[in-house]
Amino acid sequence: MTALRRPREPLPWPSFVTVWRVAFVLAALLILAGMAVSIDLQPRSFIILATTTSARDSGLLDYLVPYFQSDTGIGVRYTAVGTGQALDLGSRGDADVVFVHAPSAELAFMASGQGLCRSPVMMNQFVVVGPNQSDPAGILGLTNATIAFERIRTTHALFISRGDNSGTNIIEKTIWSWVGYTPSTTNDTWYKESGQGMAATLDIASQLVAYTLSDDGTFLVHSANLDLRIDVQHDPALRNFYSVIPVNPSVHPSIFVAGALRFAKWLTSERGQSLIGNYTAGGVRPFQPDGQDLCP
Amino acid sequence: MTDFSEILQIVGLSILVSGTSTLIGSVVGVPLGVLVALRKFRGRNFVRTVAFTFYGFPPVLAGLLVFLILSRGGPLGFLGFLFTPIGMILAQSVIVMPIVMGITISAMMTVEKRLHDTSLALGANERQWRTTALHDARVGVFTAVMVGFGRAISEVGTVLIVGGNIRGQTRVLTTAIVLEISQAHYLEATIFGIILFVIAFAVFAFLQRLQAKGVV
Repeated sequence: MTALRRPREPLPWPSFVTVWRVAFVLAALLILAGMAVSIDLQPRSFIILATTTSARDSGLLDYLVPYFQSDTGIGVRYTAVGTGQALDLGSRGDADVVFVHAPSAELAFMASGQGLCRSPVMMNQFVVVGPNQSDPAGILGLTNATIAFERIRTTHALFISRGDNSGTNIIEKTIWSWVGYTPSTTNDTWYKESGQGMAATLDIASQLVAYTLSDDGTFLVHSANLDLRIDVQHDPALRNFYSVIPVNPSVHPSIFVAGALRFAKWLTSERGQSLIGNYTAGGVRPFQPDGQDLCP
Repeated sequence: MTDFSEILQIVGLSILVSGTSTLIGSVVGVPLGVLVALRKFRGRNFVRTVAFTFYGFPPVLAGLLVFLILSRGGPLGFLGFLFTPIGMILAQSVIVMPIVMGITISAMMTVEKRLHDTSLALGANERQWRTTALHDARVGVFTAVMVGFGRAISEVGTVLIVGGNIRGQTRVLTTAIVLEISQAHYLEATIFGIILFVIAFAVFAFLQRLQAKGVV
């Protein structure tokens, strides 16, 4: 007689409903744990810094932050966004301190009472970069970006714009206004908008054998992978000023104002300034310290 | 450049955030889905359509909404959850929940029709009937949870806006990929992409094994 196989019993493991109960308890525990952790963090030992992508993409922040942390014991959590969004995060009270380069927008931010104080930190310059092998617009060696843009326009040499209303894009539009011409992607086949960040735009310009406007920091950091060179530099009109602004605690009580002030003062201190001046990227020092402590 | 321990941290946070939000989204979404599928009420089809519509809800928009809620000026700003993993989990739960709910509704409705009369004829009460229906639809419900996780681990919009892509704190695989691409570091971006793919594969393989073993 063949032994009948016993029909498989249901596994001792729980049914679907029990699994769901376990999931429920687990979810509740995780939420509670998350809340406990975040409430524990309320007396903060770190600042939230809102800054522009160029400060990150040039590598400067990742270089500075560890020094600040070891000097002061205060951590820095930075989020790199567009200039407008960085200032907005400050005016919402979501960031303790902002580090940006848009003087006119910064003055508006201060005028509306959102900033506690505003200290200049450093400057770099914008440069017009173009193809490594050729120079279709004939602008190599110029020190006047307006003349360079004029030549790009008349020769219809390919130009890539950020097209994203970033600080760099605003400077580019300003230069076009000096030329007295507003290029548009619909009428000018030589004018393209990338709608992306600086590093990505540089890469596009390199691929398409085109000119573009860049801050020198980002360009120098990435130049090894780009088939581009600096054609126009040292134009006084193309200097780019960075400032640090702690957010006003009387408008936003949740601000970690001591940490924010410490950061602003550290950046403009001798220590911070010499670190900035010594920062090297792509074999060059892209940032020129011009710090001045204007904070109380 | 990103070193190994940092990659581990990014991977760990990705799994934690997406896993937890899938859990929360499922714990809320499955019962809601069961309720909508098994209860007859006015506007049931409307609820179902809304749930399906949310499949196509752009994560950036969900991210913006959660950002506005968690921002200091927003209704939950006092919690200080913006730019933290908790905020990211909340935002992803908002995305996962309707997906889990929608697929659960579909799965339940396929078994509901033939099961309902039989169960009640055999003397089951309402609660027993719901349990039986859920048991019968478990494969579909399980699929709902897996699709929800797939959406969570692969989305970039909410975690970028609500998390802020803060190095060592809120950077996950997808935001790391976006960052590397913006720097034109295509090799690093591809490596992160492969890691993401491997994790998704491992998680789904594990879940399917659970299912095959009859645990679920």
